[in-house]
Amino acid sequence: MQLSKETQIKMYEDMLKIRAFEEQVDEFISRGAITGTTHLCIGQEAVAVGACYAIRHDDYIASTHRGHGHCIAKGAQIDKMMAELFGKETGYCKGRGGSLHIVDMSTNNLGANGIVGGGIPIAVGAALSVKMQKQDKVVVCFFGDGAMNQGAFHEAANLASVWKLPVVFLCENNQYGMSTPLNEAFNIKDLSIRAEGYGMEGITIDGNDLLEVYQTVKDFAEKARSGEGPNLIVAETYRWKGHSKSDPRKYRTREEEQEWMKKDPIAAFEKKLIKEGILSEQKAEEIKEKVEKIIEDAVKYAQESPYPSVENITDYVYVEEEA
Amino acid sequence: MRQLTGRQAVAEALMEEMMRDEKVFLLGEDIGIYGGAFGVTAGFIEKFGPERVRNTPISEAAIVGAAVGASMTGMRPVCEIMFMDFVTIASDQLVNQAAKLRFMFGGQAKAPMVLRTPAGAAAAGGQHTQSLEAWFTHIPGLKVVMPSTPYDLKGLLKASIRDDNPVLFVEHKLGYGEKGEVPEEDYVIPLGVADIKREGKDVTIIATSHMVFKALEAAKYLEQKEGIDAEVVDPRTLVPLDIDTIVNSVCKTGRAVIVHEACERGGVGGEIAARIIDSRAFDYLDAPIKRVGGLNIPVPYCPVLEKAYIPSVEKIVKAVKEVVY
Ligand SMILES: Cc1ncc(C[n+]2csc(CCOP(=O)(O)OP(=O)(O)O)c2C)c(N)n1
Ligand SMILES: [Mg+2]
Repeated sequence: MQLSKETQIKMYEDMLKIRAFEEQVDEFISRGAITGTTHLCIGQEAVAVGACYAIRHDDYIASTHRGHGHCIAKGAQIDKMMAELFGKETGYCKGRGGSLHIVDMSTNNLGANGIVGGGIPIAVGAALSVKMQKQDKVVVCFFGDGAMNQGAFHEAANLASVWKLPVVFLCENNQYGMSTPLNEAFNIKDLSIRAEGYGMEGITIDGNDLLEVYQTVKDFAEKARSGEGPNLIVAETYRWKGHSKSDPRKYRTREEEQEWMKKDPIAAFEKKLIKEGILSEQKAEEIKEKVEKIIEDAVKYAQESPYPSVENITDYVYVEEEA
Repeated sequence: MRQLTGRQAVAEALMEEMMRDEKVFLLGEDIGIYGGAFGVTAGFIEKFGPERVRNTPISEAAIVGAAVGASMTGMRPVCEIMFMDFVTIASDQLVNQAAKLRFMFGGQAKAPMVLRTPAGAAAAGGQHTQSLEAWFTHIPGLKVVMPSTPYDLKGLLKASIRDDNPVLFVEHKLGYGEKGEVPEEDYVIPLGVADIKREGKDVTIIATSHMVFKALEAAKYLEQKEGIDAEVVDPRTLVPLDIDTIVNSVCKTGRAVIVHEACERGGVGGEIAARIIDSRAFDYLDAPIKRVGGLNIPVPYCPVLEKAYIPSVEKIVKAVKEVVY
């Protein structure tokens, strides 16, 4: 493992940032301070952070409706994200997109997506572009287990493989697509065997183990980068919260949730860092306080920012000629 | 009479049709224990079981395609597509297959299926809020139904399920919470019959789906504040379109304003306006026909912008005042 202590601490901090961001958003959503809906990734932080740290800054990611974690891990600013969720002009999408479309193109994030599976062919297109422009970037394409049953996944996976494009298909298998459990949506247990049908390598890993995610994505990304073509990683994880706003979670038991919460990716990594002497309990506290402050500042920024002006409502529909 | 919400009215129609005809079954995402994203099918899987309430993987093309195939071979499927925006993913099956197969096969087959789907803006941004009905009215072979009130939702859904053609049944997210009178006894509203929601003599407001409620509000305001007596016509079904009721109304009032939430450009308003002009109502028109539609932009997430996108009571009032002079 070539990860420095500093990097590991940064990864820990980013996971905390994601969780704190999501908890804050959850609170705002449940009391109506943020309109609309959002999909929280609490419990899945290790996939976002492990994957984004395993690739270069100029590599691309394609995200999903559950995309706050990907966005943060790829390097987005918390304040501009929070402002977006508030629908403010200072948000990443100038309030036009909201949580479902959150994106920071400056970090080569190709965007969250409101359409399940919608981002997968786009990721393949980005990889095609990389190849045609003779760049050496890869694309990490996040999607859920549910998305794997969209035609878009199958068509895109096949195309990427036939054209040997540098894509890592990264399935976050959180055991449910909304209310539908795996066994109602798949007649296979290990989703990674689907890779074989498209002539690519596939693997299933523990998505709550940060370093396992990191190492696998790193290896797979380098294979894709070196011209071997795409591959598929299925990261097993769990979403702690409801699918979206106001989900009573009738389709699963509280006991099952408790079991998965014991496998908290952040707590596990924290324990490991402390055990290895990389992190002290005091330092962990300091980081948590720092993260809290970042969230507080972001909330303040978002709340104090203006809404977009209705006068400019038709901006960005088309590319306008520069004056 | 008892009051039901739009949600209850749709559920009751489904329930009654499933009890009446065992060939009727449901398929769609999260329609099982979750009860559908908008709660329409809550309790259905418990009552009818997973054979007739088929919770599907996230596969819109397969859902609608399976409905086409099942309907060609003796079943009467009602599929739910969670948001109208996602019908785009299933559009081959709906547009190229279901709509045309009867014609292309020279009358040998039919596809008696219903695709239910909610449209309309509700704080969710560009991919969860569109009103795409105009696209589908352009496709010969499809019927397009777009009711407003609980009474109409129930009666028209029952007619749609009994119809032997593929029907796109468009609900409105905000319509699920609207309350209205629905009788206990069985009734069916035939497709292709418009409803005059309010009688008036000065101007005809033709409004679809949730815009009917806004048009009625505008009419009330116009009467109280401007002394203008507006008639509100709800076409209820866009294909077939009851143009006679619209034409008769415009002949009476001499003025027409058409309101829909979908983007104004290419919306059904243009078609309805053209049909009015191309009728005997042409000679009765005392003013240009006005359209009030959504802005020609994707639906914005920001609540302030979203509000500005959707036709408002004020915009309807303004359009009416522009033609009543
Ligand atoms: C095409 C499409 N169909 C349905 C939905 C509604 N929907 C949003 S998220 C979701 C579940 C997605 O499951 P999965 O891919 O496993 O991702 P997860 O939510 O578990 O992260 C569904 C059904 C959608 N947004 N787009
Ligand atoms: Mg999932």
